[in-house]
Amino acid sequence: MEFFTEFPEMGRQDLRDFKKGIDASFREFSRTYGEGIENFFEPLLWFLVWLEKLLINAPWPIVIIVICALAWLGSRSWKIVLGTAVAFLVIGYFGMWEDTMSTLAIISVATLLCIILGIPLGVLMARSLRVQSAVTPVLDIMQTIPSFVYLIPVVMLLGIGKVPGLIAVCIYAIPPIVRLTNLGIRLVDKEVLEAADAFGADYKQRLFGVQIPLALPNIFAGVNQTIMMSLAMVVIASMIGVKGLGLPVLRAISNQYLALGLLNGLAIVTLAIIFDRVSQEYGRRLQAHKHGGDNG
Amino acid sequence: MAEIKIRIKNLYKIFGDSPTTAMQHVKDGATKQSLLDDYGHVLGLKDINLDIPEKKIQVVMGLSGSGKSTLIRHINRLIEPTEGQVIVDGENVLAMSQDELRDFRRHKSSMVFQKFALLPHRTVAQNAAYGLTIQGISEGEAQDRAQRWIDRVGLGGFENHFPAQLSGGMQQRVGLARALATDAEILLMDEAFSALDPLIRTDMQDILLDLQSELHKTIVFITHDLDEALRIGDQIAILRDGESIQQGDPQDIILRPADDYISDFIKDINRGRVLKVRSVMTNAKRAAGPKLSMDTALEDALQALASSSKGSGAVVDGSGKTVGKIEMKAAITAIARPDRSGVTPRYK
Repeated sequence: MEFFTEFPEMGRQDLRDFKKGIDASFREFSRTYGEGIENFFEPLLWFLVWLEKLLINAPWPIVIIVICALAWLGSRSWKIVLGTAVAFLVIGYFGMWEDTMSTLAIISVATLLCIILGIPLGVLMARSLRVQSAVTPVLDIMQTIPSFVYLIPVVMLLGIGKVPGLIAVCIYAIPPIVRLTNLGIRLVDKEVLEAADAFGADYKQRLFGVQIPLALPNIFAGVNQTIMMSLAMVVIASMIGVKGLGLPVLRAISNQYLALGLLNGLAIVTLAIIFDRVSQEYGRRLQAHKHGGDNG
Repeated sequence: MAEIKIRIKNLYKIFGDSPTTAMQHVKDGATKQSLLDDYGHVLGLKDINLDIPEKKIQVVMGLSGSGKSTLIRHINRLIEPTEGQVIVDGENVLAMSQDELRDFRRHKSSMVFQKFALLPHRTVAQNAAYGLTIQGISEGEAQDRAQRWIDRVGLGGFENHFPAQLSGGMQQRVGLARALATDAEILLMDEAFSALDPLIRTDMQDILLDLQSELHKTIVFITHDLDEALRIGDQIAILRDGESIQQGDPQDIILRPADDYISDFIKDINRGRVLKVRSVMTNAKRAAGPKLSMDTALEDALQALASSSKGSGAVVDGSGKTVGKIEMKAAITAIARPDRSGVTPRYK
């Protein structure tokens, strides 16, 4: 009867040895390769630090003007530009300017990294069913596994700092751009592709002349989602040493500072709204050719 | 008879997981239906042999599912055959390497599609220039060269519009300009005008015939519309269930349909307008009555015959020399609907 009431589990000793074995071998791995991996990420760290310093040290009116100019280029909407300017002025007025610039730096670098890695991966997935079926479960894991779980090996390997934070953000934020690039390319009209084939387009001409341009609205939706998700990771990234708006939030949680948490939290939301509106507006303009009217 | 430009020999296409084993069943006599029921494979094309003359319009006609779109895609190998040959200017397209095939598609053949298949993110000018840019010509020069064709199909002034801003007929003109701009000798048209409404369709047929009288391309035109086939075809091939059931000159098909299926198909056409004097005349050196050219439609010839006192007319060639004689009675017999009593209807 005991078989049915007690689960036939692994012996306690065996289980401990099993876990110890994994921990030890990973520790061994990180001792041997940790430095190499750290050196590999050196340029990334350098770029991130450079951007952060640039944003913090530049005179604030210039930073606001540049951000507003970028918002104008993306959205072509005065309303959004005005909202952006007001939002940044308010953030600065409440003393969150430096933290916001730090967050802006890490979000920009993370998004850039996700685009550079994610779009080619999505293209590969769209090209081959085998790659798609191999990558999809990995993306599922990346999106569902609790972030604290992959923070452990990342910190073991690289310690605490900006780069592990950046990696954690990217792991969480890259899936949408990969998925939507893949989807966008797969949804490209078969007839248009056939026409490209009939005129003798080669692989490159098909990809850059037809597939990517037609998938662009979807790819852009992926970029938008990636930005949103990397902003969502700001607080968790601050736990492993990323400066920015997440850090005060963390402090507010442990000390029950309501106002501090609220202000910084709202600053993150504001950044998210600005990014979202500008990139969505840009995405809509990419599809302008689908509708009549505008001849440009 | 003109030179043969495209020669299709013993072409088979079977869709399914293992076409080669299914191929054996087809050779052992399986029909389209039995192949599908017993082996789960679809017979796309069965033993197609077709000689397409140079500088003529070859129409391939059939109802949906007859394999006509599959057939045209074998000519530029958008579909790989199960067995057979497609020989263009002495070269087997189906044996070409990838590079040779790409070259063939870039320079020798071009295609017009049923649903236009224009690139939605490129303007009319950029779409028309597409084939040229694929050849590696710079965007600017390609657009200069394509401009002539945009004007030729009557789209001057719309260069900077996007396809979505144009009507169906205008979009297909862009498709036509795109196909003509590469100066390919072979023009493949897959139900090119089928998606257009009837008036626009007739317009487009006129444009095509007008262009053809000047350009003399080898055109393969797919359609399910008999009137269209008769109007533009120099040669017609009729497909059913992946098999070719009759090939020939339009006059020939109407006067001598190969089987009940085809006679059923042609029963409602306007025979007086399609049939020409040359099809019913008898050879003669001298004849009395009104003079008629060989390509006069019978309905016009009958009018001329009726208004003259004679019961017959003289058929003359281009230089005015008499080459034959046409009897009113023969013309009327040709126009009369053939006796179809005892024929089982196609739709039960």
